Amino acid sequence: MLDTTRRVATPEGIELTLRLAGPVPRALAWSVDLALRAAVVLVVMTLASQLGRAGWGVVLLAAFFVEWLLPAWFEAQMRGQTPGKRLFGIAVLNDDGTPLRWPGALTRNLLRAVDFLPFLYAFGLVAMLLNRDFKRLGDLAAGTVVVYQSGAVDSSRKIPEAAPVPPPVELDLEEQRAVLELAERSSGLTRERVEELAALPTPLVGGLDGAHAAARLLGMANYLAGRQ
Amino acid sequence: MKQAPFELAHAGEWDEFEAFLDQKPSFDPAEMPARFRRLCQHLALAAERRYSADLVDRLNRLALRGHHALYSHRRRESQQVLDFMAAGFPRLVRLEWRLVTAAAVLFFGPLLALIALLQHFPDFAHYLLAPEQIASFHQMYDPANRRIGMREADTHVMMFGFYIWNNVRIGFQTFAGGMLAGVGSAWFLGANGVIIGAVAGYLTHAGFGETFWSFVAGHSAPELIAIVLSGAAGLRLGLAVIAPGNMSRKAALVAAARPAVRIMYGAALLFLAAALVEAFWSPLTEVPFGTKIAVGIVLWALILAYLILAGRARAAR
Repeated sequence: MLDTTRRVATPEGIELTLRLAGPVPRALAWSVDLALRAAVVLVVMTLASQLGRAGWGVVLLAAFFVEWLLPAWFEAQMRGQTPGKRLFGIAVLNDDGTPLRWPGALTRNLLRAVDFLPFLYAFGLVAMLLNRDFKRLGDLAAGTVVVYQSGAVDSSRKIPEAAPVPPPVELDLEEQRAVLELAERSSGLTRERVEELAALPTPLVGGLDGAHAAARLLGMANYLAGRQ
Repeated sequence: MKQAPFELAHAGEWDEFEAFLDQKPSFDPAEMPARFRRLCQHLALAAERRYSADLVDRLNRLALRGHHALYSHRRRESQQVLDFMAAGFPRLVRLEWRLVTAAAVLFFGPLLALIALLQHFPDFAHYLLAPEQIASFHQMYDPANRRIGMREADTHVMMFGFYIWNNVRIGFQTFAGGMLAGVGSAWFLGANGVIIGAVAGYLTHAGFGETFWSFVAGHSAPELIAIVLSGAAGLRLGLAVIAPGNMSRKAALVAAARPAVRIMYGAALLFLAAALVEAFWSPLTEVPFGTKIAVGIVLWALILAYLILAGRARAAR
């Protein structure tokens, strides 16, 4: 139903679902990382000023490592997450869903140089928008994807209470999910929009008008959520 | 089986699996693969029987984490690093000899041509170098200096930091530029060849030859070879974009990136060696000119011999 998920087959013969992260969370994570990198270099600069001119050598070394190798180290050793990515709940994985390792991490981080061109990751952004997996050039070459981390369930998901109604036809997983998500989001949408959307799945709501269709779908969502 | 009894029958096992993933040893790690396969079966069953999305999501999440736990750390890395340095890297360079040759021509071509050209037409240097640059080179390579290639107040450590920060970055850019159909790599190779050739040719003609060559002799081998190898690695990527062969461009790029990045590991080590030599050995004036040149020639011979000969004896993996 959603086009930002990828299914990956594993050797065990099952399919895992990855939820891809788009440019916005990645840009936010990048800016947090940039601020942290600048902070590290500033700290080194303060300490190294004790060393006189040799201190500048230490600062430049620190700048080099922080810019090129530290992100790769984080991604290879910390479950594909730089601090910024951790903050926004995203992580880098190999295309097949396995954890990122050094070769992949270094590839995608060395190629940041070309994603950055001609200014501020313009090539990277264009590349992300041109392929279905939001890959920047470095991701394309390294065979990696950035995904939302499968953290704990959002326990705040609330489906408004209603009397459970069994769906008249059997629903597969994607369809169940669409009904459940409509019910979850119904409180955030205008009444007119909910009714407009609720009237669409005719096999479920038949010829009911908007308000009745919405109530019927809400009942089905309650049924699917297990309140039977 | 209805969903409720299914959950009732297996919830305990799922909780144990989750605890194990949270680093709370709830069972013997040797059971992990078997338990993971069982979990995969439960996930497949739950999806097939159309149990609720919540349950399928939870099992999918557990399976994904289990998949990560099971498939990380596949090999020991320290042995690999040694193998790579002793044999893998030179072998890889020889395997890509065509691209290495192409990169060497792109880089050394303009470099050597300009050195020769500027001996006869020294004024041509002013088309390539700004007056301020020329003035600073005069200052850096003045034979009266106690240290060459740096200003009097600079320290070795500072210059080391600068060379790492600047030169390795140039190498990485030369590599990354290969993604743009190889154009970036070719450009960086040629541009660096032009600048280095112009400086070398100009200073030789201007009478600073002895100080200049005694400064660059030591680190020239690791540094110039590292630039050429970075360019070759970049061209490898560019070639995959231009001529992917019987693969999709994406697959060709992924396949090319693996050897290309491995070449970059070696190039980075060479850059590191070059920065050490350039910061701590090259500026010394206590060492006679002849020794400096001899050390430079020995380094060229050693590195070329390493790239050409190392790793031939061992059977191909």
